Amino acid sequence: MQQQGGNRFFFNVDWITVLIYIALCAVGFTNIFASVPPEKSAAFDIGALYGKQLIYIITGLVLGLSILLFDGRLFNVFAPFIYGITLLLLVAVLFVGRNVGGNQAWIPIGSFRLQPSEFAKFGTALLLARYVSTFNPKFRDIKSIVIAGLIVLAPLLLIMLQPDTGSALVFLAFMFPLYREGLSGYFLLIFLGMIVLFVADFLVPTYLIILVLTAIGGLFIYNNRRKQKIIISTVLVTLIAIAYLFVVKIAYEKVLAPHQRSRIELMLGLKTDNKGAGYNVIQSQIAIGSGQATGRGFLQGTQTKYGYVPEQSTDFIFSTIGEEWGFLGCSVVIGLYIFLLLRLINLAERQRSTFSRVYGYSVACILFFHVFINIGMTIGIIPVIGIPLPLISYGGSSLWSFTILLFIFLKLDSNRMGFI
Amino acid sequence: MDQLFNRKYIVQGLFIVIALILLGKLFYIQIISDKAFISAESNVLKKKFKFPARGAILDRNMKVIVQNEPVYDLMVIPNEVKEFDTLALANALEITVNDVRKKLKKARAQSPYQSTFFERQISVQSYARLQEIMYRFPGFATQDRTIRHYPDSIAGQLFGYVKEVSPDDIEKSEGYYKPGDFIGKSGLERSYEDFLRGEKGVVNTLYDVHNVAQGSYANGKYDINAVSGDRLISSIDIRIQRLGEELMKNKVGAIVAIEPATGEILAFVSSPGYDPNQLVGKDWGKNYMSLIANPYRPQIVRPIAGQYSPGSSFKPVDALVALQDGAIDPSTQFFCPGYYMAGNHKVKCEHVDGTINMQRGIARSCNTYFCHVFQSIITKNGMKNQRQTYAHWHEQISKWGFGQKLGIDMPFEKKGIFYTADHYDKIYGKRWGYTTVISQAIGQGEITSTPLQMANVMAAIANRGYYMKPHLIKGIGDKNVVKKEYVVKNYVGVDAQYFTPVIEGMRDAVNSPWGTAKESQIPNILMCGKTGTVQNPHGKNHSVFIGFAPMNNPKIAIAVIVENGGYGGSYAAPISSFIVEKYLTDSIKPKSNGYTVKAFAETNLLPAIIDKTKKIKLTKLDSLKIKKADSVKRIKDSLKIKPNVLKPTATTPAKLTRPVLIDKPVKNN
Repeated sequence: MQQQGGNRFFFNVDWITVLIYIALCAVGFTNIFASVPPEKSAAFDIGALYGKQLIYIITGLVLGLSILLFDGRLFNVFAPFIYGITLLLLVAVLFVGRNVGGNQAWIPIGSFRLQPSEFAKFGTALLLARYVSTFNPKFRDIKSIVIAGLIVLAPLLLIMLQPDTGSALVFLAFMFPLYREGLSGYFLLIFLGMIVLFVADFLVPTYLIILVLTAIGGLFIYNNRRKQKIIISTVLVTLIAIAYLFVVKIAYEKVLAPHQRSRIELMLGLKTDNKGAGYNVIQSQIAIGSGQATGRGFLQGTQTKYGYVPEQSTDFIFSTIGEEWGFLGCSVVIGLYIFLLLRLINLAERQRSTFSRVYGYSVACILFFHVFINIGMTIGIIPVIGIPLPLISYGGSSLWSFTILLFIFLKLDSNRMGFI
Repeated sequence: MDQLFNRKYIVQGLFIVIALILLGKLFYIQIISDKAFISAESNVLKKKFKFPARGAILDRNMKVIVQNEPVYDLMVIPNEVKEFDTLALANALEITVNDVRKKLKKARAQSPYQSTFFERQISVQSYARLQEIMYRFPGFATQDRTIRHYPDSIAGQLFGYVKEVSPDDIEKSEGYYKPGDFIGKSGLERSYEDFLRGEKGVVNTLYDVHNVAQGSYANGKYDINAVSGDRLISSIDIRIQRLGEELMKNKVGAIVAIEPATGEILAFVSSPGYDPNQLVGKDWGKNYMSLIANPYRPQIVRPIAGQYSPGSSFKPVDALVALQDGAIDPSTQFFCPGYYMAGNHKVKCEHVDGTINMQRGIARSCNTYFCHVFQSIITKNGMKNQRQTYAHWHEQISKWGFGQKLGIDMPFEKKGIFYTADHYDKIYGKRWGYTTVISQAIGQGEITSTPLQMANVMAAIANRGYYMKPHLIKGIGDKNVVKKEYVVKNYVGVDAQYFTPVIEGMRDAVNSPWGTAKESQIPNILMCGKTGTVQNPHGKNHSVFIGFAPMNNPKIAIAVIVENGGYGGSYAAPISSFIVEKYLTDSIKPKSNGYTVKAFAETNLLPAIIDKTKKIKLTKLDSLKIKKADSVKRIKDSLKIKPNVLKPTATTPAKLTRPVLIDKPVKNN
């Protein structure tokens, strides 16, 4: 049974995705190797960052392939259980976690450090898929929205407590699978509107925004002047939007930590700071920009090699790619990601089971958030949010959690003809 | 379900839009803008400059008069210093162990990563000792560089000095100079800075974020080798320069000697002088302050910045312009009763000559004669047209270089005073005439000139009608490039024929029994000249002599000014004769009148000094104390005092706020 199943499953695995996965890991290894200071790269050193990363990649691949050997149905069955464990770990990390760089994010297990927030992503994805596939809610009623919201918000809030805003933000990616399953598009629009208003609130005087909002509301009401219901809701939305402006101002001052505020202000260009909080972003942009069209070449990047960009091998690995491989290299990497993301969506859509589809969407959107936020941060279009570039950044927890996330879906996909 | 299936495209579309936004920004910072590329270069790439050797300067006989001397500095990179034997280092440098610690601390405070000075200009002995034991001091290194050296230790004002650039210099150079570079600040070092400095070399080195060097950039492809500065050949003859400085010892004044045919300056003496080696290296500050504090102000470059009335030495020019104008002819005679009446103002003459002609007027330096000449010139177009005639005369005299810079290759040249007709209009309105400005006839009062201008006038007379632009450097670089402007004849507007009687008068001034400079005859050489005795409102008259020799085919034109020297014939003329003789014959023969170089060199003509500024701050009590101390000191001094040695003594201040030179010469000869 195992043998037969193995054959059948392996035959059905989407090897193109696996190839992209391996390609991205190879990109990661190459650039981590390049970002090690030159005198240490004389001989292959298993203790160096690139040596460790190679071990992570190999173990990750083994992990991924062994996931393909599981029975796909197990993930559906054990979804609540896995979700529960990740929640427990997220609570535990608050008490026994190691504090690294101000974040209570790591649980030390021997010499290895476990980062529960990485694993919470697929726990949440599994439970959400299970809920949607079991109840098929369509999200037309408040109750189902609240339940789905709770499934996502519980880990999100626990991660916020660490506090690890970056990782928490990634959970907003679950909006997209819910949208795909019937959640009103207005939620996305409202979300988008909130971001736009938030940014506008800093760049434009508040009274001007209020004026514009009132004008738009007024126009909308005038166009629909016979429909009382629309008039009422428009007035409500406008009022809420105006109230939101003031809440944002207050929340910004009271809730966000000073370093977060300065990161946002730097990104919006409200202040410049070459040595303090702005240093990372400026140096990262200098490194990437200096790569020009075709880059300085492998191991020739001066900015990355000589330590000008901090957190070179982890969050800012993209600056190495930008400097040494130039616009060409950046395009290839972004191209690989987009190809992977579009393919994942296509794979998700070919599933017969809702569970697999919801899970597939979740995987794609989580990856998308990571890629967008990370690259956006290194080129200064998003404030500095410390999350890794999937499969490329240095680090075991991150690499393995993306491997698990991806290979569970590949397993489910290989099993797509069956009923789960 | 089908309706929801379409949402796939919205999600995928979002992915693509975001990817395009990322690529757009990347395209901008990587391809369109090169800001990042430039910033990256300035991050890692540090240019280290290699300093070229400054150009040497030779004199006209190819003797080196300015050269470079190697010096050694001990440098340290504090972070690379390991435990070392402080006593051994202290002994090698001949300093104390405590000093070693202090210097190390100071270097660390400057920069722990970069090479900084530990000790500047260590002695050759220390350097030799260190070479053998350097390996015991990791983090330390010796660095050699060159400083200026002036082998003859004379002509400080001529050479000027070299010093580290000021922020102002850096700004003016638009980025050529960097902090720590050296630049010529005065004299030839300044005016020929562009040639002397050479071209800096560049070594591009990569540095990491901790400022630790990581090797050369692109295997040195963009490095530049330093190119040494151009060698300059000066027109100066260091032998007569040295003689001039010797003769001008203990005197204030200047000597300028010019080769008439070329405009090359043979001697450029500014007295009191100083040793240019004082303004080199680490003792610069101390020595410069003591120069500035010297009351005789050696920092003034008197040949081009000293402005003196030319006095009687102006008379030959006066005569030549009058001849050219036709106001007089060589045979014109005037009667000298011992004075000249300009209206009701009396211009005295030193002697009563009766009726004299021009040649004798020059030889005797007759004031009366030249006042008449001036009167003839200014009134030749009638009394009503004096203003226009003066303006025309001004124009002619200006051609000789009066009232304007000659454009010598030295900084800070002064132009002297020579007023235009417009200027007198402003003072007197329309009511002025030759009597108002009569003092100009004899080169006094409202006309001043630099010693360089006077020597240049002599060169023009020696050349019988033109001068070459006077200059100090006659060849630049290995190819001995000569500036174009130095080979152009500048005509003074007087025809050659008119020079003969004037030159004969000047010959008589030196070589006839009735000449004013008859004591300065040179055996076997016909020197032509003109003495001047310049009235000095502050003290004894200044002694002036201008001349050239030999009379036919002149080789040297000279101007000498000795402040407070009295008659032109007493100091300036004999000094000129020594220099001319030395230059033409390379020796000085014993004189029948017993004049010797030694005697002139030993003569002290320095005026006494009163420094009022120090007195101002005194209280009554203080002044009482000082009076007491002074009187005691004066008694002591009077016991020690020797002939020919003057001690500046402070006397009761006059009503002046600046240090004032007061006439109190010591009698000699």
